[in-house]
Amino acid sequence: MVESAEPLLDLEGICLVRQGRHILENVSFQIDPGEIITLIGPNGAGKTSLLKVALGLLQADTGLVKRSADLRIGYMPQKLVVDRTFPLSVARFMRLIGHYSEQQMQQSLDEVGAGRLLNASLADLSGGELQRVLLGRALLRRPQLLALDEPVQGVDVQGQVELYDLIGRLRDNFGCAVLMVSHDLHLVMSSTDRVICLNQHVCCTGTPAAVQQDAQFLKMFGPAVLPHLAIYSHDAQHQHGSCPHQGCSCPLGEEGRDAR
Amino acid sequence: MPADFMLRALAAGIGVALVAGPYGTFVVWRRMAYFGDTLAHSALLGVALGFLLQVDPMLAVMLVCLLVALLLFFLQRQQRLPSDTLLGILSHSTLSLGLVAIAFMEELRIDLLAYLFGDILAVGNRDILLIYASAIIALGLLMLLWRPLLAITLHEDLARVEGVRVDLVQLSFSCLLALVVAIMMKVVGLLLITSLFILPAAAVRRLSRSPEQMAVLAVLAGALSVSGGLYGSWQFDTPAGPSIVVAATLLFALLQLFPARQ
Repeated sequence: MVESAEPLLDLEGICLVRQGRHILENVSFQIDPGEIITLIGPNGAGKTSLLKVALGLLQADTGLVKRSADLRIGYMPQKLVVDRTFPLSVARFMRLIGHYSEQQMQQSLDEVGAGRLLNASLADLSGGELQRVLLGRALLRRPQLLALDEPVQGVDVQGQVELYDLIGRLRDNFGCAVLMVSHDLHLVMSSTDRVICLNQHVCCTGTPAAVQQDAQFLKMFGPAVLPHLAIYSHDAQHQHGSCPHQGCSCPLGEEGRDAR
Repeated sequence: MPADFMLRALAAGIGVALVAGPYGTFVVWRRMAYFGDTLAHSALLGVALGFLLQVDPMLAVMLVCLLVALLLFFLQRQQRLPSDTLLGILSHSTLSLGLVAIAFMEELRIDLLAYLFGDILAVGNRDILLIYASAIIALGLLMLLWRPLLAITLHEDLARVEGVRVDLVQLSFSCLLALVVAIMMKVVGLLLITSLFILPAAAVRRLSRSPEQMAVLAVLAGALSVSGGLYGSWQFDTPAGPSIVVAATLLFALLQLFPARQ
């Protein structure tokens, strides 16, 4: 991984309140260059909101978002619906962000395994194809950070594994950091550097590899227990009132407390 | 042998088709049909105010449409009510306000039908000049907004992350649309304006492979509808505005018989 003194993105004490309800509560984290961070948490945990705050799409009520100067971000939204009345080819879609040669676009699409789609109509693509095209398009701008909101949503299991592989490979090839929202920790675990478990506040954070090999963790849950099952049971039991997290049964708990 | 007023009508109608085509494609892509309707309905309030304040009706219509577009933009940002509810409120309240205002002006005899369904056969040289001048401005500005608008049409947040000034572009587009509605009112009347946005654009969708192609083809389809409608109106002595819309509908139906281009 690339070492750098300055994080790409630094969020400090982010609070987001909507209709008198906390969507995000005192959330802080930072992303270093080349790092893959996965945000997990149950529905309504504020994952997408946090991603949007990080991208500047939502204004936090309190807290600070610091982006490194001229940060180039490639964003993959949760859902991109292309209206059938909109005649747009993949090539034209890619050119919406700048002037690129046919060769550059072809290269980018080859990189994400979507080489044959350059002249396809955007409205005809399947979910997985569209995700790949979005990634390929983002690569054109040589992003330092890829922000992916549920990148494998609507893709079958085989396709999910391939997409996560691809995302890991893009990080290796291009040195870009990845901030990814997911609700499927099981598949995310293999390619991610750090997991942030979110439920309005940061419950815990930690490197998944270290946690998985942690003797304490194995003793507590047994090797057969899938991490994402543990996370979900944790969410069901988690009480807002009991913060900061004593008695939190989160599998990443120990390390998470340190990180806070 | 075509009379002068027919040639003027044709010139005015083609000028309107020129601007309605490209704007219409965005109305279709961005699902703004009801928005167009609302602007058109508010035009009647503009007509009434124009008479009341004794300014040019077209100018008054432009101003009122512009105000309604701005009002909608800010109301929609507040997100208190769903968009179509807001549109419904504004659409019918402005239309009714206009009708009531006109009823109050007792000494005034205005031909309401001319505003509701257009009076293209009565356009003068000054109207034509105004139509083409506004059309050129509206098209020029749309060209500037073209690429960011395409990006926003696909996904607002994505465009925002990529550096598009989404709010500015959207507000500008709404205001331009208000201007275009004002231009179009004279030709097809406020009740039929939306049809000239939607019919030509929808008709050529299957023949288009790019946004630009669809915009150009929509202009051609619009011009064809205007010509056909005026010819029919001349031949069968039918009202011109509705005849144009009928011609556009026929063209739409005819083009559906062609296989879609991929």
